[in-house]
Amino acid sequence: MSLFDKIKTDIVESHVWKSIFRHGYDDTPRNRVMMVTSNVFLHLHPAKVRRHAVRMRFTWCMGGLTFLMFLMTTITGVYLMFYYRPVAEYAYADMKYLEFDMPFGMLMRNMHRWAAHAMIVFVWLHMFRVFLTGSYKPPREFNWIVGVLLLVLTLLLSFTGYLLPWDQLAIWAVTVGSNMARATPLLGYEGPFADFVGANPIYDARAFLFGGGEIGPHTLLRFYILHCIFIPLVASILMAVHFWRIRRDGFSGPSL
Amino acid sequence: MAEVARERKLPVDDKIHTWPHLVRMEFLLALFALVGLTLWSIMIDAPLEEAANPTRTPNPSKAPWYFLGLQEMLVYFDPWNAGVVLPSLIIVGLMVIPYIDINRKGNGYYCFKDRKWEILTFFFGFHILWIVMIIIGTFFRGPGWNLFWPWQRWDPHKVVALTNVDLPYLLGFRDYWLSAAFSLFAIGAYFVVGMIGFYYFVLKVKGKDFLERWGMVRFTLVGMLLVLMMSLPVKMFLRLAFNVKYVLVTPWINI
Repeated sequence: MSLFDKIKTDIVESHVWKSIFRHGYDDTPRNRVMMVTSNVFLHLHPAKVRRHAVRMRFTWCMGGLTFLMFLMTTITGVYLMFYYRPVAEYAYADMKYLEFDMPFGMLMRNMHRWAAHAMIVFVWLHMFRVFLTGSYKPPREFNWIVGVLLLVLTLLLSFTGYLLPWDQLAIWAVTVGSNMARATPLLGYEGPFADFVGANPIYDARAFLFGGGEIGPHTLLRFYILHCIFIPLVASILMAVHFWRIRRDGFSGPSL
Repeated sequence: MAEVARERKLPVDDKIHTWPHLVRMEFLLALFALVGLTLWSIMIDAPLEEAANPTRTPNPSKAPWYFLGLQEMLVYFDPWNAGVVLPSLIIVGLMVIPYIDINRKGNGYYCFKDRKWEILTFFFGFHILWIVMIIIGTFFRGPGWNLFWPWQRWDPHKVVALTNVDLPYLLGFRDYWLSAAFSLFAIGAYFVVGMIGFYYFVLKVKGKDFLERWGMVRFTLVGMLLVLMMSLPVKMFLRLAFNVKYVLVTPWINI
């Protein structure tokens, strides 16, 4: 036994090592199952999956990539949060600071934005694939509903983030998008039947969204909190439900 | 072993271990995706325009690209409809899909033949109405939300004659109440004809047996969603072919 092997054995068989890693990489059926069941992250999967379901031309992997993009936006987003203040006076200056002065600031911002766009494309493709394979059919009906909610949240995540750079692109895109809310029937002051409920520019659906009658500093703070805390939190809970139900029901496939 | 099972029509265990088969694929794909994302982010910078200025409205003002389908709908419907009611119906319509589709075939595999109409409907709603509208809104709409071809200059002073008239006016109604009565009739007729047409269509392509299994609730739900979805291309046609502004004009809502 060489010195290297001896050191390796000493480490791998030590009390500490064994308490962390309970099994090695032995290629036995039992160990393959243990790999999945004893790992909290891999435990998202069942220990065994149906053969056809892991073929690329069946799954397209779009759901997994959507989740990956969510993780990427979370990681890069935390980095951006260190240097960004959601205050109208500072927000735009912080963007410039981030782009020109922070190490990897521009790269982090680029990755955050492009991952967000990719997430939307992937989630649409995921929905399209699930429809094509009819994977929403029993017993997975409810998971489709959770998926639709996640689709809406993905769009809202992206939309609330759109305002944060506080540049011309941001406020006008959000203005155009949010102006719909003031036309909500009954609840928006420009919508049908607004008079019956007394909706007015500073007391209607859009004002609730904006935190005031016009887009302004209060809107920035509101969208920031929605973007960084509220929507990711709700989305995470729904994702847990979404993944757990896939885990329970298994991947869809033709009946045997 | 498997062949014996297949001959006797016994269930075959076609399962493979997640580790390594699935985990390996996920790992490789994540790697490719992250390399792609990193390269893309190194090469293309996220846009940052001048600082926000509430007193200077850019022309055109566009929503984020994924909402441009909705913004494009504003050309044809008022905001309460294009921006609130129809988007809500899209979400509700997507959610009810598993409950209105009682076709047990095509679960877990690609098959066009077994689910022709389901797939065509989804294709029409998603690819034609949603994606094409986004493409039009992104690439073909310039200042004043006017149509521009990609090779045309975005001229902010482009003159477009406003020749749109309301449907009752187009058909010769000049009296207010007669116009309103005709409008209501036209909209009611659209729904009635749409639902009856849908009934006979389902009867023809799916058969009486299917309609009975489908039930009244599902039929009505799908019919209404379909008729409402088709209201967009119908209104687009009326606008583009006959310059129809509104079909229904009232002091409260216009359609």
